[in-house]
Amino acid sequence: MGGAAGEKPQLIRWEERDGEKVAVRHDGRLPWQLRPIRMEVGVLANADGSALVEYGATRVIAAVYGPREAVPRHIALPDRAVLRCRYHMAPFSTAERKTPAPTRREVELSKVIREALEAVVLSELYPRTTIDIYMEVLQSDGGTRTAAITAASLALADAGVAMRDLVAGVAVGKVDGVLVLDIDEIEDNFAEADMPVAMAPGLGRVLLLQLNGVLSRDEFVRGLELARKGIEEIYRLQKEALRRKYVVKEAGGGGR
Amino acid sequence: MSLTPSSQPVMPKLKRYTMETLLRRGVRLDGRRLGDVRSIEIVPGYVERAEGSALVRLGETVVLAGVKTDIVAPFPDTPNEGVLVVHAEFVPLASPTFEPGPPDENAIELARVIDRSLREIRAVALDKLVLEPGKHVWRLYVDIYVLNHDGNLFDASALAAMAALLSARIPAAVRTEDGGYRVDRSRYTMLVPVNHRVVTVTQAKISDRLLVDPTYEEEQVADTRLVVAVSEDGRIAGMQKTGAGYLGYEEVVKAVDTALRVAPVYFEALRRYVDPFREKLARQLEEQPRAPAEAEPAAVAAQRRVEEEPVEEPVVEQLEEMEEGERG
Repeated sequence: MGGAAGEKPQLIRWEERDGEKVAVRHDGRLPWQLRPIRMEVGVLANADGSALVEYGATRVIAAVYGPREAVPRHIALPDRAVLRCRYHMAPFSTAERKTPAPTRREVELSKVIREALEAVVLSELYPRTTIDIYMEVLQSDGGTRTAAITAASLALADAGVAMRDLVAGVAVGKVDGVLVLDIDEIEDNFAEADMPVAMAPGLGRVLLLQLNGVLSRDEFVRGLELARKGIEEIYRLQKEALRRKYVVKEAGGGGR
Repeated sequence: MSLTPSSQPVMPKLKRYTMETLLRRGVRLDGRRLGDVRSIEIVPGYVERAEGSALVRLGETVVLAGVKTDIVAPFPDTPNEGVLVVHAEFVPLASPTFEPGPPDENAIELARVIDRSLREIRAVALDKLVLEPGKHVWRLYVDIYVLNHDGNLFDASALAAMAALLSARIPAAVRTEDGGYRVDRSRYTMLVPVNHRVVTVTQAKISDRLLVDPTYEEEQVADTRLVVAVSEDGRIAGMQKTGAGYLGYEEVVKAVDTALRVAPVYFEALRRYVDPFREKLARQLEEQPRAPAEAEPAAVAAQRRVEEEPVEEPVVEQLEEMEEGERG
């Protein structure tokens, strides 16, 4: 959680809809709704694979270089590829300028993202190589690590790296006692809990799981289920984004 | 940048095979069952020079944690709270795989997970560590020092951090002439105020089985680990999947239930080894032959000092006048 900055705004409004009380969030979303999500594959010409992912105002670009010769040589492993992962925030991506030097937070997130990707990349097919995965947060509005992992897995697919499944991520939060999907920065700042989750949805595997904050056992189980549903929607959007780039459109009429 | 680790020691295939065969019968190499924690020993107050400290032995894993304090300006967004900093060092004497140098990603991750587990539930009452709102607050450093690595550094470190905080005292704060404070470690004013006790329960996944409190060998074989922070009142105070590999969706829920069931073992160790020490410290603070004002909580005492300040000011002015007079 980002730490409380300033006065706490009203983040949840209770409204009557069709005779039922529903929690409405500060941006008008219902608890189980994602922000508008946009994905584009193959956005950088130099990279072997790349993707741009937006969760609302959060915008992350990911690029993959490799599999390529391991430099320096001594980092190479004889039986598999080495994954090198960097999650990084642009200095202008946040309200206050963020130092471009890697922070402890970025070191930790680079690690948990790499470990999540290790579980899907078929690294044993590329011995003695490295696969470099770079993620840059261009604009931060909460959920950057999960948007980054979603982008990274699209970039890996775009690079043609063999994978068991795509990886999609989303953060669930507890805001004013309500479990909400895909929390943004304001919600995160005042949340009682923030739980980023990433899964290989086709395999039903949990690859990244963190909890910052406090939940009861039952809230955790409900939060995880909320995340899973969001992840399935993001997974569908990922496959669509890949199809947009790779599926050749049926030739219309002319038959060329 | 995070790299696939290359320094994974080779585990003899035969041993790995033995481990997996035994696990199918629910037994581990060291004879424990899947949900068993190794023997725990905690020595509170191990480093007398520190404001608080504790040495934890979890099987062959040894972790020392120390609490030090200083007085700083609070963060602008939390003017009414002290500052808590958790730091971990994997010193090279603890394992052949540790290298000298600044903390690597593993040490940073461990410190951050423990920091969050303590911070989010407000384990330490930081609001009681304020000397002057917006200006002067106590900063608590919890430094975690791994001395011998035989697996499960998370649980041992969390236990050491909690035990060190529970056996820590806040020194006296003495007003300085420039309006600040300096720390007087010759006497103490109060125990570190603790709202909640938190421990972590780590489980390693080896061929579809979850093992509580994994040894180093088990961690080498494990696909992944899940760290669950649990408060004494049975809430989940934090969580981290660590290590490559995955957990099944159902497996995660099962692991959380196991963590909630196992956590009391750690809390019992805190009660048994640390509570008598904390009670002794509390008695010493009460018996301290000091003026009543000094036995007050620092925040109250600070308030009093602020109120008394106008009385002191003329003296300073006089001194300044004298100095000017001398110069003239």
